[in-house]
Amino acid sequence: MTSLLLGDTGVLTSRSLRHILRSPDTIITTAVTPVALMLLFVYVLGGAINTGSNQSYVNYLLPGILLITIASGIAYTAYRLFLDLQGGIFERFQSMPIARSSVLWAHVLTSLAANLASVAIVTGVALIMGFRTGASVAGWLAVAGILVLFTLALTWIAVIAGLSAKTVDGASAFSYPLIFLPFISSAFVPTSSMPAPVAWFAENQPVTSIVNAIRALFTRQPVGDDIWIALAWLVGILVAAYAIATAIYRRRIS
Amino acid sequence: MTTGQALEPAIRVQGIGKSFKDLHVLRGVDLEVEAGSIFALLGSNGAGKTTLVRILSTLLKADSGTATVRGFDVGTEPGKVRESISLTGQFAAVDEVLTGRENLMLVARLRHLKSPAAIADDLLIRFSLTEAGNRKASTYSGGMRRRLDIAMSLIGNPPVVFLDEPTTGLDPQARVEVWQTIKQLADGGTTVLLTTQYLDEAEQLADRIAILHRGKIIQDGTLAELKQLLPPAKVDYVEKQPSLEEVFIALVSEAGEAGTADADRVDDKVAARKELR
Ligand SMILES: Nc1ncnc2c1ncn2[C@@H]1O[C@H](COP(=O)(O)OP(=O)(O)OP(=O)(O)O)[C@@H](O)[C@H]1O
Ligand SMILES: [Mg+2]
Repeated sequence: MTSLLLGDTGVLTSRSLRHILRSPDTIITTAVTPVALMLLFVYVLGGAINTGSNQSYVNYLLPGILLITIASGIAYTAYRLFLDLQGGIFERFQSMPIARSSVLWAHVLTSLAANLASVAIVTGVALIMGFRTGASVAGWLAVAGILVLFTLALTWIAVIAGLSAKTVDGASAFSYPLIFLPFISSAFVPTSSMPAPVAWFAENQPVTSIVNAIRALFTRQPVGDDIWIALAWLVGILVAAYAIATAIYRRRIS
Repeated sequence: MTTGQALEPAIRVQGIGKSFKDLHVLRGVDLEVEAGSIFALLGSNGAGKTTLVRILSTLLKADSGTATVRGFDVGTEPGKVRESISLTGQFAAVDEVLTGRENLMLVARLRHLKSPAAIADDLLIRFSLTEAGNRKASTYSGGMRRRLDIAMSLIGNPPVVFLDEPTTGLDPQARVEVWQTIKQLADGGTTVLLTTQYLDEAEQLADRIAILHRGKIIQDGTLAELKQLLPPAKVDYVEKQPSLEEVFIALVSEAGEAGTADADRVDDKVAARKELR
């Protein structure tokens, strides 16, 4: 059964990866907005922002930008899943003797690959813009791990959206609030500069702890509690979204 | 298809009911399809043909009644049923982004068959899609897409095949080609359940014909049996004119011989058909 799941997921993943390779613009488009934001904040607004450290602003900004990249990239996952459901191909798969959850896992793995590609592009641009880190290989791996977890958590939310959407627009609209969350976090400015109620929200929403953890890893500072809070959020969201998505899926296919 | 299973009908439907909220689409459908035969389900729009096919292919759960495919219950043993069937839905289910060849290979891989490339090439030839095999399916004409769709369903030689309106939207010649394919399937021992709105299609193909109306099978029998339901035809002597269909097929098959590219052939015919209308 497991080998069936792995085999079928592999076949279906290579199918949807091929979709992405045939329209690489989705990866570029995903990277364009975060890059534009990065240019805007570093070269236009950054000079006026006091981050409370002597780090260059791009170093401060990159973690949040990477999260925005992923938050906008997962909209394509919902979109692709929605299109599969609309066309008959989904029912064809469901009437075949394949592992049932392989259809979803293929979209999830494809989402991971596509988003990591976008993240790599954005990181490349950041390096050109002067982003520097003293992070060790272990530090980079830890950052990558957090980003993978973040992508998976958001991708399962995207699966919920793709499975329950009624229109194409509905399938991707859910990502707007997710893209917006980093703006009310420590991603662009320290939360201490915000009015009290906003600061309270910013400090207690997941993005701040994730951003702080990644920033600490990049700057070789102790990660403190942030990493545990971040992991708790990520695992919590991942488990909840996965459970809801599979429940919707099961209802949909039976 | 062993002889033991030949005693058991390939498909047995007993008292299947299905409602969508207040809409009672199926109200106790009964039918049996003998292994290796072609069974045509006739019904007007909204009669519930697709609903029944979706129940039989495990995509939808019935509210009441039981249905088995090769002895496996569609409700309780859907996995076993899926191993026995293939579905060609009412609307072509192909991956638009992939080429025709890739679509076929995808299904061959999902059915865990060896040498998917060879299977794909073989089917491309059988369904006259070789020329278009390396083009994206989104560039196919409706008829080509339908042929690819049916080809995908035949991969792995499933013993029971469901075809939901397989020839709707096809030009007369493509229709005849699909009919030949269906006949070949049945000759090879495959059980075929097809739905159609065309009486001539049922007449041409089916060993048995059932009429679904208001949620029930109102008639079920061979063509001869159904014809006996009406008073015997009055004998009239009239000069036999070729039907428009015969004229059309004759014309386009002459033109088709000269053409090479499949796309041209299909497009010409579509244009010709529009003019004839
Ligand atoms: N998922 C659904 N939700 C609500 N109503 C549905 C659903 N599926 C089908 N119906 C309704 O059930 C009835 C039968 O539909 P079905 O598609 O089975 O008919 P059909 O015989 O295949 O018709 P056609 O010849 O037009 O394809 C229709 O009135 C349709 O609107
Ligand atoms: Mg139908």
